[in-house]
Amino acid sequence: MPLLEMSDIHAGYGGANILNGVSIAIEADEIGVIVGPNGAGKSTSLKALFGLLKVSEGAIVFDGETITNAVPETLVRKGLSFVPQEYNVFPTLSVEENLEMGAYVRRDSFRHLIDMVYGFFPPLKEKRRQPAGELSGGQRQMVAIGRALMSEPKLLLLDEPTAGLSPRYMGEIFERILAVNASGVGILMVEQNARQALGFAHRGFVLANGQNRFTGTGAELLADPEVAKSFLGGGD
Amino acid sequence: MPEAGLLSVLPINEFVFFINKVVIGGLIIGSVYALGAIGVTLILGILRFAHFPHGDMMTAGAFFALVCASLAPHVGDPFGLPSAFVLMPVAMAATAAMAVWLDKAFYAPLRRANVKPVVMVMSSVGVMLMLQGLIRLFAGTGTRQLDPGPKDIYRIPAGGRDLIVTQPQLLLFIFTAVAVVALHFFLTRSRMGKAMRAVADNAELARVSGISIDHVVRTTWIIAGALAAAGGTLLALDVTFKADLSFNIILPVFAAAIVGGVGHPYGAVVGGMLVGFTETLAVFNWSVLLRPLQPYLPEFVEIPSKIAFVPTEYKIVIPFFILIAVLIWRPTGIFKGRTN
Amino acid sequence: MAVPPLAHREIPLFAGLAVVIALVFAWLGAAYGVRMLVEASCYAIIALGLTIQWGYAGLFNVGVMGFIALAAFVTVLVSFPVNAAFWNGDGPALLGWTALYLVIGVAITYGLSRSHRLGLPKSLRTALTLIAGAVTYLAVQGTLDPAASVIESEAGFIGGFGLPVWFGWLVGGVAAGGLGWVMGRITLGLRADYMAIATLGISEIVKAFLKNADWLTRGTLTVSPLPWPVPTPQELGFVFSRSAYLCVTAAMIVVIYVLLQRAWASPWGRMMRAIRDNELSAAAMGKDINRRRLEMFVIGNVIIGIGGAALITFTSIFDPSAFAPLNHTFLIWVMVILGGAGNNLGAIFGAFLVYVIWIMSEPVALFLFQQAEIWGDELFGWQAPGDLHTRALQMRVFIIGLTITLVLRYAPQGLIPEKVMKHD
Repeated sequence: MPLLEMSDIHAGYGGANILNGVSIAIEADEIGVIVGPNGAGKSTSLKALFGLLKVSEGAIVFDGETITNAVPETLVRKGLSFVPQEYNVFPTLSVEENLEMGAYVRRDSFRHLIDMVYGFFPPLKEKRRQPAGELSGGQRQMVAIGRALMSEPKLLLLDEPTAGLSPRYMGEIFERILAVNASGVGILMVEQNARQALGFAHRGFVLANGQNRFTGTGAELLADPEVAKSFLGGGD
Repeated sequence: MPEAGLLSVLPINEFVFFINKVVIGGLIIGSVYALGAIGVTLILGILRFAHFPHGDMMTAGAFFALVCASLAPHVGDPFGLPSAFVLMPVAMAATAAMAVWLDKAFYAPLRRANVKPVVMVMSSVGVMLMLQGLIRLFAGTGTRQLDPGPKDIYRIPAGGRDLIVTQPQLLLFIFTAVAVVALHFFLTRSRMGKAMRAVADNAELARVSGISIDHVVRTTWIIAGALAAAGGTLLALDVTFKADLSFNIILPVFAAAIVGGVGHPYGAVVGGMLVGFTETLAVFNWSVLLRPLQPYLPEFVEIPSKIAFVPTEYKIVIPFFILIAVLIWRPTGIFKGRTN
Repeated sequence: MAVPPLAHREIPLFAGLAVVIALVFAWLGAAYGVRMLVEASCYAIIALGLTIQWGYAGLFNVGVMGFIALAAFVTVLVSFPVNAAFWNGDGPALLGWTALYLVIGVAITYGLSRSHRLGLPKSLRTALTLIAGAVTYLAVQGTLDPAASVIESEAGFIGGFGLPVWFGWLVGGVAAGGLGWVMGRITLGLRADYMAIATLGISEIVKAFLKNADWLTRGTLTVSPLPWPVPTPQELGFVFSRSAYLCVTAAMIVVIYVLLQRAWASPWGRMMRAIRDNELSAAAMGKDINRRRLEMFVIGNVIIGIGGAALITFTSIFDPSAFAPLNHTFLIWVMVILGGAGNNLGAIFGAFLVYVIWIMSEPVALFLFQQAEIWGDELFGWQAPGDLHTRALQMRVFIIGLTITLVLRYAPQGLIPEKVMKHD
């Protein structure tokens, strides 16, 4: 049974629907990548999944439980974590305090989790007392992802994790995402750098106009000439 | 002896007068403003609107203390403290509960309906009028003593004149200092304190992280209400209880919060002291300090009997001027708070 | 003319209001009734001004009282008979010096604040500006205080210029608009709360200044009787003179209403509505939003000033201590909110309705509390506090606050919501 199954989702911000029947399924420990042109509904799919906007039709099942339109606070407890694209850290809180906020829902000790995050993102350790807002873009992204890992999610949702980063940082972030995945955390991410992301994706979803266009493994999609022609032109 | 001669030449008396009026006076009113401004800045930072009823909340707290003290007037006797002070925790708890209830009844529904920020402010003005009306209804418009009986006065001799601090004033200083330290530890060491800072930084991300915004909001109101009650009670202990207390205090409290930087409690304390000291400096009669020099000045130079930057009737101009100055030159305030 | 047709809701509401007013006339007599109508009509003008600021520009002006006070003061200055004692004494010369220092000082200070063109570093510029400002302040204060005492001892106060009253109203309106311009420039770009705080503050300062500047306004000694634009009650009797006044204010309401409706239907008005309804896209189209909002704030204050001047002139006494935020700010807010944000007809309706209720509430509140006093004594042996009557009036404060809060929560559109034109 897939870890996550979104079936035929229709959702929007209150006016017209942006998603008109999107279906996404991920197995545990997999990396899923959502790509597509601007306005296709990629970020919207993640937000609909995380209860940040209203789903009018369709069902979302996570780890055997229906979570359609659930409140974000409860989803964190169930093992789902979300990293928004922008404003994804607490700027006046220190790096370590940011991580502590990620563990807010936990009532037990979480020191080992902080060490785990420093393990994934070593540069953060030496900056742990610095306000997160003072870090560079790439380091901030690390803080953002680290914060989301503190709740020990089964599935990590990433909305364009490399947006606005220099190519060097982009590679680093991708590397660390792979490492996180290797430690047993499923990943579902939206990416503009489609070619690179599909390169290591177990599963890929190409969206257009709020609907699925192509679905397959990363390798399959990269090899498909149709996909290459329509969607993989830029963002390399 | 030469030292005595030197001492008698220096204007010690006038200097002590200056300290009493400006330094101690500024500390007193500054502490009251600080206690109010901490609450206002927390509400501005976390809930994003200017809490106009805050002055009335301070008055309400003082009123609760008044009621408690009149019901149990001798509670403080064994400690040599005013009963109103000993019972202040009760007033603080009552005001905190009232604050939480006000939010639940009036502000939370508007938040849920996602109204424009200006509507929140308007609603807070409505709540302010309601509170004012109720307080004046129950407390009348006259003045009352919160602590019947003479206040303890501590005198520190310094040359010819004494430094004067009354017991209520000393209690105010101590309480403010303790409150600021406690708040510091709360915000930097406790889970809820950090969560409050997180929500002030980025409420949406806080939600996404699983932080319960409702809990944070409730804690904010509890702190704001409790500190407001303390500020009002201690001020009333120092002066008198007047139902009109609130209106004159809301402008300096706002000024203090904005000067310090919205959302920064330490900024609120600094802002409060700044506004307080500016007030006392501005209305101080500087001719008192210059009078000892009169014998040394030429005949025709006559020092006027009153030299003050601002006449006392216009005292309210001072916090307003500070506010406008901040808004023009540095809207983010001293500690760089948010402006939107 | 772009006057919208009266729809179903408005006719019964206005009719009901007319019935209530007729009852007041019947119960309390014509003189009282006309007085109530005149005051309500002045409030209606003020409400129209506030509607522009709130309904159209979305601005929260909590300092209405200050603008009214300023406009009323300017009216008194312009229209009150000339005080010969002042002009014959030393006062004008001393004031002239003060004004000179003020103008020169402000010019220098302003010039210094803009002296970056001369290449001065910023910290030096700020220091110089502050010093210049402080020196100006001290110089002006130094000359003003003796001038004030001289004027007060020689002539009481500076009196007026003896010009026509309606001219005074206009100048008062312009003065209020000017103050609005200054306040708006400082606070408009910032969050809504700041404008609220700043306008509240400025209104208290205006009141404090007018109350304490005895040389200007006689302070607590008050100035009366104020000249009227129509024959006074001494000449025509209460009912006729007040009715004449009512004609003047009613005419003003009609003129202002028509002008506003036309402006609203014009291209300028459409742009204003676009800004109000969808700020982001209006900004994207390149409209300078804050500049437009400032325009509306200033125009609104001009109208508020005119209405306020008419109101105070009608009371025939200028008493700075009588200005109260409750009566002169929050009451009008209730009128505007109840009447419907952004709806001129609704503002007029709200003004009359709320004012009638307000006037009637005083005897009603006193009556209720007296009853409570009697019953409380009889049933519980409860001795009411001596100032129960003043406290009774405080209930009105509570009710006003409650009304604002309830309407905001449950009927934010007000009683006569604006008709939204549907575009297809």
